[in-house]
Amino acid sequence: MATTAEGFDAHGTGHDDHAHDHADHKPGFFARWFMSTNHKDIGTMYLIFAIIAGIVGGAISGIMRVELAEPGIQYLGWWAQLMGGADDINTALHMWNVFITAHGLIMVFFMVMPAMIGGFGNWFVPLMIGAPDMAFPRMNNVSFWLTVAGFFSLLFSLFVPGGSGPGAGTGWTVYAPLSTSGSVGPAVDFAIFSLHLAGAGSILGATNFITTIFNMRAPGMTLHKMPLFVWSVLVTAFLLLLALPVLAAAITMLLTDRNFGTTFFDPAGGGDPVLYQHLFWFFGHPEVYIMILPGFGMISQIVATFSRKPVFGYLGMAYAMVAIGVVGFIVWAHHMYTVGLDVNTKMYFTAATMVIAVPTGVKIFSWIATMWGGSLSFKSPMVWALGFIFLFTVGGVTGVVLANGGIDDNLHDTYYVVAHFHYVLSMGAVFSLFAGFYYWFPKMSGRMHSELLSHLHFWTFFIGVNVIFFPQHFLGMQGMPRRYPDYPEAFTFWHQVSTYGYYIMAGSMIFFFVNIGYALFAGRKAGANPWGEGATTLEWTLPSPPPYHQFETLPVITDEHDYHDHRPATA
Amino acid sequence: MATLPPTLHDADTGRRNLRVGLIAFMGAVFMLGLGYASVPLYRLFCQVTGFGGTTMVASQSQAARAATLATGQTISIRFDATTAGDMPWTFRPSQSTDTVTIGQRDIATYVAKNESSRPITGMATFNVTPVQAGQYFNKIQCFCFTEQTLQPGQEVTMPVLYYVDPAMLDDPNMRGVEQITLSYTFHRAADPVNPAPARTN
Repeated sequence: MATTAEGFDAHGTGHDDHAHDHADHKPGFFARWFMSTNHKDIGTMYLIFAIIAGIVGGAISGIMRVELAEPGIQYLGWWAQLMGGADDINTALHMWNVFITAHGLIMVFFMVMPAMIGGFGNWFVPLMIGAPDMAFPRMNNVSFWLTVAGFFSLLFSLFVPGGSGPGAGTGWTVYAPLSTSGSVGPAVDFAIFSLHLAGAGSILGATNFITTIFNMRAPGMTLHKMPLFVWSVLVTAFLLLLALPVLAAAITMLLTDRNFGTTFFDPAGGGDPVLYQHLFWFFGHPEVYIMILPGFGMISQIVATFSRKPVFGYLGMAYAMVAIGVVGFIVWAHHMYTVGLDVNTKMYFTAATMVIAVPTGVKIFSWIATMWGGSLSFKSPMVWALGFIFLFTVGGVTGVVLANGGIDDNLHDTYYVVAHFHYVLSMGAVFSLFAGFYYWFPKMSGRMHSELLSHLHFWTFFIGVNVIFFPQHFLGMQGMPRRYPDYPEAFTFWHQVSTYGYYIMAGSMIFFFVNIGYALFAGRKAGANPWGEGATTLEWTLPSPPPYHQFETLPVITDEHDYHDHRPATA
Repeated sequence: MATLPPTLHDADTGRRNLRVGLIAFMGAVFMLGLGYASVPLYRLFCQVTGFGGTTMVASQSQAARAATLATGQTISIRFDATTAGDMPWTFRPSQSTDTVTIGQRDIATYVAKNESSRPITGMATFNVTPVQAGQYFNKIQCFCFTEQTLQPGQEVTMPVLYYVDPAMLDDPNMRGVEQITLSYTFHRAADPVNPAPARTN
């Protein structure tokens, strides 16, 4: 559309062929992919890495769902022996703990975070603010390989002793004393080291994003004109920067408690295991916003694009994310209502937690208002975005239920909690990832994916995840505790339904991979802007895929490129 | 913000980037420090506020002052004793419950016996439930203030001198609390040859 951004000479798009060659000059394979300093290449590597980690983490959840399809222990012993463990029930049960731990850690640290921040953040933050690259390109490379090293450290932990069997069986929260005196052997050390590596990578990445967004914006791109996705990554980077070091401190204390005789979390030496929980959740609660905020940003871009309207309430949307980020730091103890908090503390954390529903509501209603009266087209990114809005709201509503300290006494550590956080993550974050993927895939690859396959993927995935997780609300309210491989007969029905849902969801991923293959080998070539006049951000002014180096001549953003009261100029 | 259009190889941009990047990194380092600082801060916070059932330590004079505020109302105290898994002691209260006048000091005794054939040093941790009672449960003397060493087969009776602060009568969160449970857990001290200095919490 006729934004002023179109007035600048998107680098080498036509009249200067020589410069175009220079901009597209790529180094050889090894230098390009292993020593990469190019934000688009690093973003691509992050996305591929996240997809691989997602397959591993998703396969583990499949093992768990199959085990849970009926009461009793069916397959865990087999898995324990496959991993080199002993043939007894304790090793089999330990295997279960290893699976829940690996699933959680992989999905959080090696799927969602690399895809959201490393993948889409790296790819599109520089493009959207008109920067040639990230502020510290080589540090960007370090971030990526630290994350990969962290993943391998976690995988390695599966093959070394960790207590009553191989692997770290502590849950993703790594609570002491289970993770200290309760897990003998190096597996937990490797799992903790994996978090150190991934955390260091993310802190470096956050520093990089903050610097890029503050310093590298194109002339005229004020903070209040930045696309909302850039805002979301900026807020996320601050959350990473302030939350991850606290996790690093906490897990380093775990390491010294385990190996060097300190007693930070050991009551025998004057420590307190509840302190670990406070430290963990001081990180852990901002972490859940780290996983969803970039998704909010993507959904804002997508809803605006396919409504052919600027997003409703731009400033409200931006500052709602800031508010969510700030309040996210002062609600952590709602994860620990059952440790023995007094009633006043519980009241504070209940109230503070519920306050978050306000900025979140601002975002949900602004997305709806963006669509209101818009010229909607239900392209693949848009259906995923709509799915996100619906399912994230469902997860948000159960979140308000769980925010109540009184109700949580009953629902704590039940499947109701499992259902809640999978609605906001496995449906919220993952739907926004797929929305972003379909939105930007033509830009990244230069090829169009199949709309039919994307829609099939959406509907089967939508049905699948709902069949998995909606019955888990029922199980939780009836008292099914989380993190158990076995249950009484009475829970069989909904567990079976949940497992069938997993099969539907797993089947839907076939459409996803076939679609990528189709697009890469037979897809139509994508133009600079395949989504039409609703797509107003700078990345759509560049060819698809963008040249290897972009914006050597910086775009200039003038006042008409404005999200407050911008109206599409009649082109 | 940006008044001059920066270009790709602008030395000035590089300097500004380094500055912002370093400030951001210092923020991360600060939070790392705060993570460690939380350990003493948390202990201090619990001692001052009685958070999470941490009991208070009181002096004789404070106890005497509290006694003057006693109204004659009574409250039941239940005594509980546990040992850590690797602790070869038996450990039990001499009395399972006691009724005390709120504000008056009282003495309770616990009995510990070393069932092993080696001398063992133990350290007791403690808390009270309901947790909001922690700030009103004051200990004047307690065997839990120092490490205890028992010879093989030795049995000792250990006192705890305490009172319940009459201020609890004015706290709405304490309304309906008819019994306070005082619980101790004996842990094996890490190094019996070189005992750690006595703690005062």
